[in-house]
Amino acid sequence: MKKIEAIIKPFKIDDVKDAINELGVKGMTVTEVKGYGRQRGHKEIYRGVEYETNFIPKIKIETVVDASMVEAVIEAIKKSAFTGTVGDGKIFVLTVESATRIRTGEKDKDAL
Amino acid sequence: MKKMLLILIFMACISTAFAADPEPTAVSNKEAIELVQTHANYLWTLVAAALVFFMQAGFAMVEAGFTRAKNAINIMMKNLMDFSLGSLAYWAVGFGLMFGVTTTGWFGTSGFFLSDFTPGGDPWVLAFWMFQVVFAATAATIVSGAMAERTKFSGYLIYSVIISALVYPIFGSWAWGSLFNGKGWLEGLGFIDFAGSTVVHSVGGWSALAGAIVLGPRIGKYGKDGKIKPILGHNITLAALGVFILWLGWFGFNPGSTTTADKSIAMIFVNTNLAAAAGCTIAMFVSWIKFGKPEVGMSLNGALAGLVAITAGCANVTPSSSIIIGAIAGVLVVFSVLFFDKIKIDDPVGAISVHGVCGAWGTLAAGIFNMEGATLAIVGVQALGIVSCFLWTFPTTFLLFKLISKTIGLRVSPEEELEGLDHAEHGGMAYPDFVQQ
Repeated sequence: MKKIEAIIKPFKIDDVKDAINELGVKGMTVTEVKGYGRQRGHKEIYRGVEYETNFIPKIKIETVVDASMVEAVIEAIKKSAFTGTVGDGKIFVLTVESATRIRTGEKDKDAL
Repeated sequence: MKKMLLILIFMACISTAFAADPEPTAVSNKEAIELVQTHANYLWTLVAAALVFFMQAGFAMVEAGFTRAKNAINIMMKNLMDFSLGSLAYWAVGFGLMFGVTTTGWFGTSGFFLSDFTPGGDPWVLAFWMFQVVFAATAATIVSGAMAERTKFSGYLIYSVIISALVYPIFGSWAWGSLFNGKGWLEGLGFIDFAGSTVVHSVGGWSALAGAIVLGPRIGKYGKDGKIKPILGHNITLAALGVFILWLGWFGFNPGSTTTADKSIAMIFVNTNLAAAAGCTIAMFVSWIKFGKPEVGMSLNGALAGLVAITAGCANVTPSSSIIIGAIAGVLVVFSVLFFDKIKIDDPVGAISVHGVCGAWGTLAAGIFNMEGATLAIVGVQALGIVSCFLWTFPTTFLLFKLISKTIGLRVSPEEELEGLDHAEHGGMAYPDFVQQ
């Protein structure tokens, strides 16, 4: 089991969700986050004073899948979240030790 | 048959009754016509008073929108108390000082506790008082924005009572006393301030300046190197709603100042609107040229700047002059906001620039653009009014804020300020479902 964490541009969430769903991924968790990468921030103006916003709003998707699906999911996110401009985001893959479905007690692969 | 007879008798009675009356004329109905006019005056004055009252909501929204979420309750409480406490103070003391009988021309000495009204007597004093109390509250609440996010609530309450009971009414008596029982020295010289660019807005603006200086800037407004670091307002949508509400309220503020339902209100209405429109448009373009984008904060301030500026001359300048007056206010307000930021006077909503600076400009403009011609004497008296307002208001309120600061304290502790006044001063949160900065 692997957990895939992807940081994407907020307006790409629907495209990414649809792309992953097509692969048969059964669920995901989405969080509104803020941060910066190589993009740093951008300049804005408030009442005539320029300031830099370092932390830009992004969306973080978390989904846990069977190890065999990892490459396909990465590929789907890469394609659907792509705009080609700086700040498109990143995808991380982590190993997951176990999973339990609270309602039924099913374990690991059955719990996904 | 019996019924028919009754109807005939009834009709005969009516016709004889009519025959007895002479043809009504304007002269014979003079009293009735005057009564209709009087009733219209009452109605217009009180409708306008309600519109001006609604400006309190506008101020509350502008101030809350331009400040952080952690101080929203505090802003609401200050605006609520400016009107509530202020009404009581103006009832007890302020109205008498402003409109009472005077021998000196410097303040009134009768009419305290609304004693001019006796049950069964002329209720005009009530309508007039209602219209005046919403003005007093406007002057008071201007200051709240400039002192936002760092002022101790108890200290603010004391200020709020004093401005409504003393500072505003005493200056008001100089310029407006004769609208009721008074007779001020400044109006005696021919000072023009129809609805209060100086009487209301500059008094509020210069008090705001005193308050912001005594308090000092908010923590985090200036970096260690002295660089300005903007503290973002938490809801620009609310700030914009506030400006729209104020704009609406001004249609009571200026045209209502006739306290008479006559045809003159049409031009005052148009002047008010055109000045606001010009102020807003020009401030937007100035911000666009200066900062590269049409900035919302400056555009909103621009509308208010135009409204404040036309308040003095709305009844004695032409509509096209109103556009010029508003447009110049729109330029002034942008540079004034930047100026006060630069000299480290922290005014989160731009109250000093909008009300103090543009109030002064509008008062001068009422002389310069006077429809019946401007003379050096007229403009001179306008300048005298502007200067005397500053010399009365700024030192008095500066001393007041210093006194409060030395006794019960004017500013909250740094810890309380960082945590937010909502929690520290009011034990609550305006938005409990959100993480606050």
